[in-house]
Amino acid sequence: MSHYELRCRECGRAWGNQPRSICDDCFSPLEVVYDYDELRSRGSFSRETIARRAPNMWRYSELLPLPQGFNPRLPVGFTPLFQAPHLAERLSGSTATAGNLYIKNDAVCLPTLSFKDRVVAVALANAREFGFETVSCSSTGNLANAVAAHAAREGLKAWIFIPSDLEPAKILGTNVFGAKVVRIAGNYDQVNRLCSQIADEHRWGFVNVNLRPYYAEGSKTFGFEIAEQLGWRLPDNVVCPMAGGSLITKIKKAFDELVKLGLVEAKEVKFFGAQATGCSPISTAVKTGSSEIEPQKPNTIARSLAIGNPADGHYAIRTIKNSGGWSEDVSDPEVVDSIRLLAETEGIFTETAGGVTVGTAGKLYRQDRILPEETTVLCITGNGLKTTDVLAGVYQTERPIAPRLSEFETYLQRTLDVDEVPEVVEEAERVGA
Amino acid sequence: MSITVQIPTALRRHTDGVGSITCTASNLVELFSVLDQKFPALKPHLRDEQGQVRRFLNIYVNEEDIRFIGGQGYAFQEGDEVLLVPSIAGGRR
Repeated sequence: MSHYELRCRECGRAWGNQPRSICDDCFSPLEVVYDYDELRSRGSFSRETIARRAPNMWRYSELLPLPQGFNPRLPVGFTPLFQAPHLAERLSGSTATAGNLYIKNDAVCLPTLSFKDRVVAVALANAREFGFETVSCSSTGNLANAVAAHAAREGLKAWIFIPSDLEPAKILGTNVFGAKVVRIAGNYDQVNRLCSQIADEHRWGFVNVNLRPYYAEGSKTFGFEIAEQLGWRLPDNVVCPMAGGSLITKIKKAFDELVKLGLVEAKEVKFFGAQATGCSPISTAVKTGSSEIEPQKPNTIARSLAIGNPADGHYAIRTIKNSGGWSEDVSDPEVVDSIRLLAETEGIFTETAGGVTVGTAGKLYRQDRILPEETTVLCITGNGLKTTDVLAGVYQTERPIAPRLSEFETYLQRTLDVDEVPEVVEEAERVGA
Repeated sequence: MSITVQIPTALRRHTDGVGSITCTASNLVELFSVLDQKFPALKPHLRDEQGQVRRFLNIYVNEEDIRFIGGQGYAFQEGDEVLLVPSIAGGRR
């Protein structure tokens, strides 16, 4: 007997374990629930046992829906969590924030440099168990990369459906794994709707359709790691980018489970959602006090977040409101500025979704919704090398100079005449004078 | 107006396995009345107790979400294809 199974989030009907994401009775989404009493009685899920395990997301396997005998083949997850003092000061305008702002950096998640590697790892563990030979997904890019890579590793066929306007790096980063990439002349919501119909006709394992409940559980490891890396404590605030709205709800579920099993002390964590203004159905609902999603037609450079009709939008709104949090959105120019700010202050190159998160965090500090003395974690979920196109034109390509010292000295003088004089030069002049 | 309605696998056990019907309706309210008459078992799966379209059911007309073209106020055109799609769909075949 498995210690987990699918259950309807609305009517509570149990569905066992099968590739299915909705309840036939009420059409509501299914979720994986666990027998926490059994986990407690096993006693194997403790800080001490976890500490002895390898540094990857499988260290939390008791709280993941993994088939018996599953043997992970990739060390996914356990990405760095670290303080971001320079960014903190810039965002909050206060030095008091320095030790309190953390980056959880899934821009370096294995194997495809986004948090989607976590969800796909869990989905494909189940795809094999359910006997699927072909796995598939609708994707705004990162998921495409992750499904293609993990499928290659697992020896499964992959069919990937994407909006045709996706960033070239994300398309190439799917092609390279040998996946079949189907470009659809439409936006993500149209691709997703088509995939729902295809999943009805073909016996394929769609990670974000019929495998969705299992897939979504993988996101919890992002939350488990935050708690463990903070020294088994929960932060005051989490700022999370939102596309379909699943991640923010699963970080909340992860924290709740750790409290339930006694690994961390209970704490009221505020959840803050981040969206791009050009696609902000969830933040709009939060700001207008609505509990329902009004779908939008996405128009933003943050393509990985461009979901106008988010599947988990309703639950994301609830998570945010019940926690006392808030949601904000930022314009495309703010996204670019925020990508640069994170890079220039902390040496992290994130994709557009990360720019959305950083920009939103700045707004939340300025609105006093997040206070400098509170422990705050920013969720950076993807890598900037995949969305370099948004920085096109930001930096000038300079004319090369000859490999001669005198040329460089001339160049340096010209540069110093234009730019402000660097501090080191000022210092040298003072000392020399 | 004569329109075609596609019914997803998840709902076909309430339609005796019927996956597509052609019927006459001028708007969404009329379409629901037709479906109620034809497939009484389907009714509670499309609308909640207050008569509102269920939160997790999306309705498309010729591939466009009906909410973008007027929702309940949209007037069906001759030959429209209506899709009923769960928002996080996926049956098993």
